[in-house]
Amino acid sequence: MSEVAIRVRSPSVRRMHPLAIRVMHWTNAVAMIIMIGSGWKIYNDEVLFGWLHFPEVITIGGEAQGALQWHFLGMWIFTLNLICYVIYGLVTGRFWRKLLPVWPHQVIADTRAALRFRLGHDDVTKYNAIQRTLYIGIILIMIVQIMSGLAIWKPVQFQEITALFYDFQGARLVHFIGMALIVLFLIVHVALALVVPKTLAAMVTGGPVLDEDQNRAKASADVSAENDDHRGG
Amino acid sequence: MPIRTPSQSMFRPVQPIDQSVLDENRKLIDEIDRRKILRGAVSLGALSMLTGCNVTDRNAVQSVLRAVSEWNDGVQAFLFNPNKLAPTYTEAQVLRPPRFNAYYGIEEVKPVDVASWKLELSGRIADKRPWSAQQMFDLPEQELIVRQICVEGWDYIGQWSGPNLKQFLERVGADLNAKYVMFRCADDYSGSIDMATALHPQTILATKYAKEPITDPFGFPLRLRTSTKLGFKNPKWITSIEVTNTYPGGYWEDRGFNWHSGL
Repeated sequence: MSEVAIRVRSPSVRRMHPLAIRVMHWTNAVAMIIMIGSGWKIYNDEVLFGWLHFPEVITIGGEAQGALQWHFLGMWIFTLNLICYVIYGLVTGRFWRKLLPVWPHQVIADTRAALRFRLGHDDVTKYNAIQRTLYIGIILIMIVQIMSGLAIWKPVQFQEITALFYDFQGARLVHFIGMALIVLFLIVHVALALVVPKTLAAMVTGGPVLDEDQNRAKASADVSAENDDHRGG
Repeated sequence: MPIRTPSQSMFRPVQPIDQSVLDENRKLIDEIDRRKILRGAVSLGALSMLTGCNVTDRNAVQSVLRAVSEWNDGVQAFLFNPNKLAPTYTEAQVLRPPRFNAYYGIEEVKPVDVASWKLELSGRIADKRPWSAQQMFDLPEQELIVRQICVEGWDYIGQWSGPNLKQFLERVGADLNAKYVMFRCADDYSGSIDMATALHPQTILATKYAKEPITDPFGFPLRLRTSTKLGFKNPKWITSIEVTNTYPGGYWEDRGFNWHSGL
């Protein structure tokens, strides 16, 4: 046990989800819930689809002005967090390490395996092609969501962005579709995390120590062979 | 102890599970339980943050939301480009009549008596003499065909004309370096805008819609029409204009809607 504690504290040991990633992940989770819940309330005041009203009990903010206040608070958390995440992903190379490459034949093969319940999760540190596709997809959707949000918020100052979505109502529709896709992703994401609980635990504790060259060198230098076995298992 | 059921479910194993499995994996079960508690703590914490109820002081949450809204006023003032014009449209795209909205229904609109109507001026204005409707109608007109966007999410294209607000403020000797322009209305509605928006070339005191005098529900004889703010920032049936450095608030602004609400 003491060996494990030392390994956690050692700065040169990289875990599957570094602390920064975990903080950003859960910040994003809170921000998304704020944005979705308050967004539903704002939507209810002027619906896009006559058949769709969100039940008031699952909305956030109480009245319209409260929902707007939450939405314009959440947007800062959501946007600043996403900017930090994208910079982190690009600078540390995490995006290339974990999300790329995505080859269509791998996506097809992994989808077939998943449909037969034969998609393995022995090594949670490596994302399969479906995960890579979904994670890249959700990052792009979140970026589009910020763009359509700016188009709705500032249709005069940022009229060039609004024009990308045809007009103000076009931006509203895209913003709604983005929300729907994010909710869909959340349902699948949470369900799969519960099916493979070690992935959920990894996003809390950091998950397995990565089997990188520098770790291996460090491990052989000062960590016992017993620990190497643990890492393999 | 196996639970007796009236009929054997197809999902129930024929042979009962060996209970010793539980003891063998006690450590794992305990660990899973710990995770569940951790998960519960995370979601409960998040929930209390979201609803702002009970767990923390409700007023504290409200003051954070208000503070962020004020911060957003500052951000919007920074983003506001006084030279950026709102897109304009053609007469063919204009909605006739325009869409009504107020804090009450259209049937409750109390028409303004134009003969006794006066526009009062107060605050940091040199010439505070009131204006009659005819005097306002005689001022040079500017026409705007712009999109009206409501905070609720609907919009339409409207054709408004009337005196340019900047020219009017200059004419009455208003302090153009003051911070706010406040409008009070015949129906007890009120609203204030920042001076930068008041001086924007597409901000007018509208007296006409689609080249005809504005009808009663839409603010006859005088209303504000900014092209760079949400609909509720455009008071109707204006009876007084005040130029001030003291934050004047407004009907919806005092009820929690964002003050700047710039487009």
